[in-house]
Amino acid sequence: MRKQQVVGFCILVFCFLAFTQAKAQNLVNGKKIYETRCLVCHQADGGGVPHMNAPLDGSTNVVGNNIARLVKIIKEGYNERVALDGEMYSNAMTPNPDLKPADIADVLSYIRTSWSNKASKITTAQVLQASRKK
Amino acid sequence: MKNNFIALCFLCLIASIAVSAQNNAGLSLPAGFKATKFADSIGSARHIAITKNGVLFAKLMSPNKEGKSIIRLQDANNDGVADKITGWGNYGGTGIYISGQNLYATSDNDVYLYNLDNKDEVTNPLSPKTIVKGLLAKNQHASKSITLDGNKNIYVNIGAYSNACQEKDRQKGSKGMLPCPILDSAGGIWKFDGNKENQTYGDGKRYATGLRNVVGLDWNTQNNTLFVMQHGRDQLNSFYPEYYSNEQSAELPAETMYELKDGDNAGWPYMYYDPYQKKKILSPEYGGDGKIEGGQNAIDPAMFFPAHMAPNALLFYTGNQFPEKYKNGAFIAFHGSWNRAPLPQEGYYVAFVPFKNGKPMGTWEVFANGFSGLAADEKIMNPRKAKARPCGLAQGPDGSLYVSDDNKGAIFKITYSK
Repeated sequence: MRKQQVVGFCILVFCFLAFTQAKAQNLVNGKKIYETRCLVCHQADGGGVPHMNAPLDGSTNVVGNNIARLVKIIKEGYNERVALDGEMYSNAMTPNPDLKPADIADVLSYIRTSWSNKASKITTAQVLQASRKK
Repeated sequence: MKNNFIALCFLCLIASIAVSAQNNAGLSLPAGFKATKFADSIGSARHIAITKNGVLFAKLMSPNKEGKSIIRLQDANNDGVADKITGWGNYGGTGIYISGQNLYATSDNDVYLYNLDNKDEVTNPLSPKTIVKGLLAKNQHASKSITLDGNKNIYVNIGAYSNACQEKDRQKGSKGMLPCPILDSAGGIWKFDGNKENQTYGDGKRYATGLRNVVGLDWNTQNNTLFVMQHGRDQLNSFYPEYYSNEQSAELPAETMYELKDGDNAGWPYMYYDPYQKKKILSPEYGGDGKIEGGQNAIDPAMFFPAHMAPNALLFYTGNQFPEKYKNGAFIAFHGSWNRAPLPQEGYYVAFVPFKNGKPMGTWEVFANGFSGLAADEKIMNPRKAKARPCGLAQGPDGSLYVSDDNKGAIFKITYSK
């Protein structure tokens, strides 16, 4: 009986560790993708460049619930002059057609939980669902 | 007790540094120069121009809170601070230029002409003449900068709506188009008649081509030539990491100054200027690898500067107030970089280049710094941290230099006394 309890507890701990590890891994991968693909325009502090490259930190769109729009912009880029949170932004964003759904989920999770952003993380399933919506 | 005394001394030191910075509106300047904040928070002030009576006009990137986009600033009591501020106009834009009683202002598509009366008040704020209309403006590099020569010709920059004329703009692996179709209607300087109404592409002339985007330009009266500052291309490392490291991408290509003659070609998008090899290099979108030379038909820059600093204004100083070395030299407002990330940013200052007989001579130097509001030894890592970003330059009738900021809309006035 006691042996079973110990084994059960160990499994629980293992699952918990694996789970948190996977979560942390998501953010590590998300950060890596951010640094290689996004940082040059959106900057290390997520603040973007006034009137050119949109900020991610504090952006209502980034922390908002329209995940399909965020996924679409990451995949297809953006080439319109746009008003965001009361400011105009003019630069074209590079598309990322080669990013896998899991990578898109990771980088979205990273930008939604970094700097002052405290939104929910995004799962691969959510990205796949958002891609289907179109 | 002793500790308290040391702490007090330290506080006094900090206070005195703060006060001295305050005295020059937060700017650091060469010895003998002083700065005041002529105005603040007028809106996103792009280019500025001054009448012979010293009334300053600023063009705003977009209408301010009062819905005005051309702001008139007058220092009636002559204390270095504008005390009479009015405005008109409902369209955003960058360019503004004053020639006698003519005031030219630009939207991203058009050039308008207003009249000033003998008190430098605008007589037709609601009914300007349309001098040029229908110029291309597609998001990137849409702003139109202007200058005039001595013969009433107006020179207008039409920026290329692209980074490097790729088939798919700013997309990794997308090739450069050959020939670049953008150059027919953008990516150069167009010349129009400064008095004739309703001109468009067919009425003007492509004066110079192969210029990705020019924001700062000025006519040099010493040798009767147009000089421009080009914004160099971005993202060499993002699209060609096999040829360019982050460090190389931060320093390539140089920001370039060109002396332009009728028909000149500065080489964009087929080449860029490498400040280390001091060569025109074939763009990687056109088969380059960072070493192969390009731009065989393109002119050489008159002067070059560190990469990505975004020169937004050029002004030849013809005043008598500043010391002799500044006479006929060029001031350049560097708006400040973003494309050097992840490395620290550069610019956010006004530089000076000495000229002799209409040619740059010697080396350039930082003239006015500290617009960002950060400590002198603090690197600017993120552009949004900069409090002010230099964007426009103008010379007052007494030889004072004015610098506009398009972040919050400050106007700095820089003066010299022995």
